[in-house]
Amino acid sequence: MQSHMVDIAGRHQVEVHQGGHGRDLLFMHGAGGVFPNDPFLARLERDFRVTVPLLPGFGASDSAEPLRTMLDFTLFGFDCWEALGLDDPIVVGHSMGGMIAAEMAAVSNMAVHRLVLINAAGLWLDEQPVEDLFAKLPFELPELLFHDPGKHAGILSPDGDLDDPEFLTEFMVMNSRRLSTAGKILFPIPERGLSERLYRIRARTQILWGRNDRLIAPVYGERFAAQIENAELTIVDQAGHMLPYEQPDAVLAAIARLHN
Amino acid sequence: MKFTWFNLMPWPYLPDDFRHKYRSVWVDIPSTLYDPAKGHALYNTYLDELEYAETLGYDGIGVNEHHANAYGLMPSPNIMAAALARRTSKAALVVLGNSIALYNPPIRVAEEFAMLDVISGGRLLAGFPVGTSMDTNYCYGDIPGLTRERYKEAHDLIMKAWREQEPFAWNGRYTKLRYANCWPKPIQSPPPIFIPGGGSLETYDFCLDYDYVYCYLSFSGYKRAKQLMDGYWQRVRERGKDDSPYRAGFAQTIIVAESDAEAERDYREHVDYFYNRCLHVYPGFADAPGYRTIKTLKANVTAQMTRRAVGDVTNMSWDQLVHDGYVIAGSPDTVVGQMRELIHGLRVGNIFCLIHIGNMPKDKCMRSTKLFAEEVMPRLRDEWPDHKRDDRFWIHPLASHAERPAAAAVGV
Repeated sequence: MQSHMVDIAGRHQVEVHQGGHGRDLLFMHGAGGVFPNDPFLARLERDFRVTVPLLPGFGASDSAEPLRTMLDFTLFGFDCWEALGLDDPIVVGHSMGGMIAAEMAAVSNMAVHRLVLINAAGLWLDEQPVEDLFAKLPFELPELLFHDPGKHAGILSPDGDLDDPEFLTEFMVMNSRRLSTAGKILFPIPERGLSERLYRIRARTQILWGRNDRLIAPVYGERFAAQIENAELTIVDQAGHMLPYEQPDAVLAAIARLHN
Repeated sequence: MKFTWFNLMPWPYLPDDFRHKYRSVWVDIPSTLYDPAKGHALYNTYLDELEYAETLGYDGIGVNEHHANAYGLMPSPNIMAAALARRTSKAALVVLGNSIALYNPPIRVAEEFAMLDVISGGRLLAGFPVGTSMDTNYCYGDIPGLTRERYKEAHDLIMKAWREQEPFAWNGRYTKLRYANCWPKPIQSPPPIFIPGGGSLETYDFCLDYDYVYCYLSFSGYKRAKQLMDGYWQRVRERGKDDSPYRAGFAQTIIVAESDAEAERDYREHVDYFYNRCLHVYPGFADAPGYRTIKTLKANVTAQMTRRAVGDVTNMSWDQLVHDGYVIAGSPDTVVGQMRELIHGLRVGNIFCLIHIGNMPKDKCMRSTKLFAEEVMPRLRDEWPDHKRDDRFWIHPLASHAERPAAAAVGV
């Protein structure tokens, strides 16, 4: 997967990861961003031409004018789509990226034809609140995000140890940049009215949820599935919030179902 | 020198095992630990102490704003200042301050501060903090990455509302008012403005742009504040501003007793309560991502965020707290000596005296307050003879105001 900088309308300098061949797939990443040599993206690009624009504050992406509102994030997705000349991409979003992808599909419902939401943010249920990601300390993240932290959580800190103060400082600075952006649509409650717009989505939609998602419980998947007209929900075993890294094949299978 | 007697208004009944049983004194502390009947007596005691400080000649009496916080029981400092406005007649009402980004619309601050200034005859000293992350982001839900932008807009609106003679339209990003119109207007135009800061260059510059007073309100004492205040004064020089010490303020925990030994004997338990119980804040609430600038974040050690540090409940000892300057404690001579080090080391003309500490009872608090006023303050009055006439950074009450008796004195 190659990474390059793209100027978007003179407003954003965006780091874009691109690779693979085949049908266009636009991936909207979660609040943790993408990882070095990202194994999930590598898996996707075996079958698709994958495009991943990084939001301002993630990687080398930056903005002259910050993104503030849900609409800004949604238009950012379309601006990147247009600037990169994507052709009717399958829109896939994980976590915060799922929230953005769903908004894109709702706002421009004649442009998005195929949608995959993976452990997506954007809804709120009083009886099952989403955990407060913003009050977590780094060492608490693996347990929160993974079904099997021992096996997969190393991806969060490939170069160091979250209990080592020196590495932690570096991690906190990066994390703070990322979550500062993410907070615009996720803080203090990760809900910006998406629920009232889901009825507009016309895309064929696959919804995937890790059965052991401790950040956003699977009941949220049921709610998405109930509110999107043409949607199918699959609860995936042996997976937490970071489903794409724990069960990447489940994502590929879901995309395949979009075309059946 | 200007001395402000400051009361944080802590809850003095936190259980002995508080740190083991609860993760934070702030944000998610259960309110079962609060008792309104005890709170009734407590608020009135704390207000008595503030009024008492005025009778002893402190230049200001101070209150501040915190939310869901067991060491700061003032979600609305303006209510406290209003109570004090009617019962005092000389001291500056130091409201340090209103977290202006949290008032919706922020013109509310312009109005309430104007009311306080008018009721008190021009004695309001207005603080405009950004607010801690605990208060602003976690308790009041403000988006961390937008807090500073919202703060700046609120500031601009408030200052314009005080300044303008006619109603005006305010088309802000966060506040839209077709008729922005501040009634009443403050007596002072405007009241002196104090900005609490934590070492960011942006805040230094903000103070210097408008000639506001930069205040460092830490609990860790003057020895640990040197680097930060040096940074401020360096910026003052770089900006070509004059170096009046009244451009700066500092909060310091202080105890005065007849002797050093008496200070330790009578006050160590209260210092222990404050430093080892009240300051128990869950690190996950200390710094919402985006609240601090990246540059500031890089400079801060994050060792307290490790798994090991979170489980650590080691106490800080009296000796350590006194030796490291967190607390200035002792006989008048001892305190005068260390206060001089503070005043000149940090180059500050404004001191916020934290003399009520933790669960200190009223009698002990009054004793220490009185000794400071009578045995320490007079010896420190003239530390800045070259800046004696610099009144730019302090209140300007109505000229006739000195003759107006306080409500209490005329038996109302």
